[in-house]
Amino acid sequence: MQTLARRSFALAALATLSVTTLSACGGTSAETAAPAPTATSAPAGALSIKDPWVKAADKGMTAAFGTLVNNTDKDVTVVRVASPASPMELHEMAMDDGKMVMRPKEGGFVVKAKANHELGPGGDHLMLMNPSAPIKPGDEVQFTLTLSDGSTIPFSAVAKPFAGAGESYAPSGVPSMAGM
Amino acid sequence: MRRRSLLRGGALAGAGVVAGAAAGASVARGDDTPVAAPSFTTGTGVIPFHGVRQAGVTTEPPAHAAFVAFTLPGGTDRRALGRMMRLLSDDAHRLTRGEPALGDTDAPLAVLPARLTITFGFGPGLYRAAGETAPVRDLPAFKIDRLEKRWSGGDLLLQICADDPLTVTHAQRMLIKDTRPFAAVRWVQTGFRRSPGMHEPGFTQRNVMGQLDGTANPTGDVMDNAVWAADGSSQLVVRRIRAEMEKWDLLSVTDKENSVGRRMDTGAPFTGVKEHDEPDFAALDSTGLPVMPDYAHVTRAHVTDPALKILRRPYNYDGVPNAAGHPDSGLVFASYQADIERQYVPIQRRLADKDLLNEWITPIGSAVFAVPPGCAADGWIGERVLG
Ligand code: HEM
Ligand SMILES: [Cu+2]
Repeated sequence: MQTLARRSFALAALATLSVTTLSACGGTSAETAAPAPTATSAPAGALSIKDPWVKAADKGMTAAFGTLVNNTDKDVTVVRVASPASPMELHEMAMDDGKMVMRPKEGGFVVKAKANHELGPGGDHLMLMNPSAPIKPGDEVQFTLTLSDGSTIPFSAVAKPFAGAGESYAPSGVPSMAGM
Repeated sequence: MRRRSLLRGGALAGAGVVAGAAAGASVARGDDTPVAAPSFTTGTGVIPFHGVRQAGVTTEPPAHAAFVAFTLPGGTDRRALGRMMRLLSDDAHRLTRGEPALGDTDAPLAVLPARLTITFGFGPGLYRAAGETAPVRDLPAFKIDRLEKRWSGGDLLLQICADDPLTVTHAQRMLIKDTRPFAAVRWVQTGFRRSPGMHEPGFTQRNVMGQLDGTANPTGDVMDNAVWAADGSSQLVVRRIRAEMEKWDLLSVTDKENSVGRRMDTGAPFTGVKEHDEPDFAALDSTGLPVMPDYAHVTRAHVTDPALKILRRPYNYDGVPNAAGHPDSGLVFASYQADIERQYVPIQRRLADKDLLNEWITPIGSAVFAVPPGCAADGWIGERVLG
């Protein structure tokens, strides 16, 4: 687990300005229009993600959610997630010493053939380990999922204020996170 | 459908057997008349959110409404406003379709939209924050006003309407949660009209004072021309108007009728017999006085020019009576028009100057909002102002 975390922290070095501000759209700035929050971005392929969103956070860890949809009749495994906004990990929730904690998901998320896999508060999620800038409500954050066959699924998720599902992080040495 | 035919079959057969527990209540009538089973269409009604114009304006008013006004903190910029409106437009789109908002913590409450509409209004302060000229400004003061701060003003308004109060409540909670990072709740006014199924659509409702309220509202093209600007925008006045029910109760029916110029039972003008007969303001009685009294509400409020009409979309409110048992009732009076200054203000001025009904109504809140055009499926409300 620790090594996994380290690896994704290395990614953070690559990330500079990470969050596209939605309201830049159509303004005087040269930025191009960001898609509206309703637009689900993954192209129709083996896997798509429906209704993605990310929990807004001024600082510290946060998480992204949505519904992974496997459009094929074979199981599909998500092995990695990346974002310019933060080093990322695939997380699950598990019982540890009578307490629900989150921890890296060994082997990634397996999405069964022709099935949905829910990523949600209190369940599997995409963890932003250390966002380099505040993720403000209404921001659009870019993500890329990598499948076991090496193919990638880019998508963008809108940031929502969210107070639910307080959870703590299992690996020792990593600060526990209130109010994921 | 199925249950109804079961019932009818049962009644015809004269069998005393109750066809299923759910049908039991309606069968237990002492006669042979088949009782229509509920058809359960109220909950599933959907009014499209996307369009050139916002929904909830010329839409037939659903039974329940919450008007939620917000105050923007100092320092709010247009980027923040854009982020806020994208989030809220997305919520509104999902909820009005009967889908949970993203991150909805009580998703099952979202599944019955009951003709939910969510309409956004921008107050003068929002334009100031965005660095734009506001198309609306506060109404002038009127001598009848007894305005309270707790019901007045606002930088952002959400008008949430549905045929079910739980649907309104859930939408309100989701929308407020997403507005919280950007703005503070300033006031909330809830209101109600008759429930669906009480009347045919288009039937004039009665307000808490017992009057048929809405008779002379414009319809069809006249309504569209009066309400909408060419770009699909509109303007909204929300006035909280207390009904002085204790004083109203002292009146005879004739006195009540005189204050408005219409009959309490039929809603007909004094110069006609049916509700929708046009009042004849020139008609004189045997003593030479106008049949439609010149001090009556309708006489004072009437406008002839179709372009100057307003669309009244009021909801009743009924709060908690005081210890003496005096009701806290009135109207959340919402008026839509293309141009408040040109259409609303002259009418309000005439009513403030002279209107017998003023004896029994008191404006205690006032707010004005621009209603930006609607948006397409890939757009958001306010994109033309804030984008
Ligand atoms: C508690 C407050 C009010 C009550 C109880 C009330 C009641 C009524 C009633 C019973 C009618 C006649 C039926 C109809 O056409 O709907 C009417 C008409 C009307 N009212 Fe009001 N009203 C109130 C406030 C206002 C306000 C604040 C305005 C605008 C400033 C207004 C403008 C009008 C107009 C334009 C008409 C139609 C006149 C016509 O026949 O052309 N009302 N109102
Ligand atoms: Cu996590």
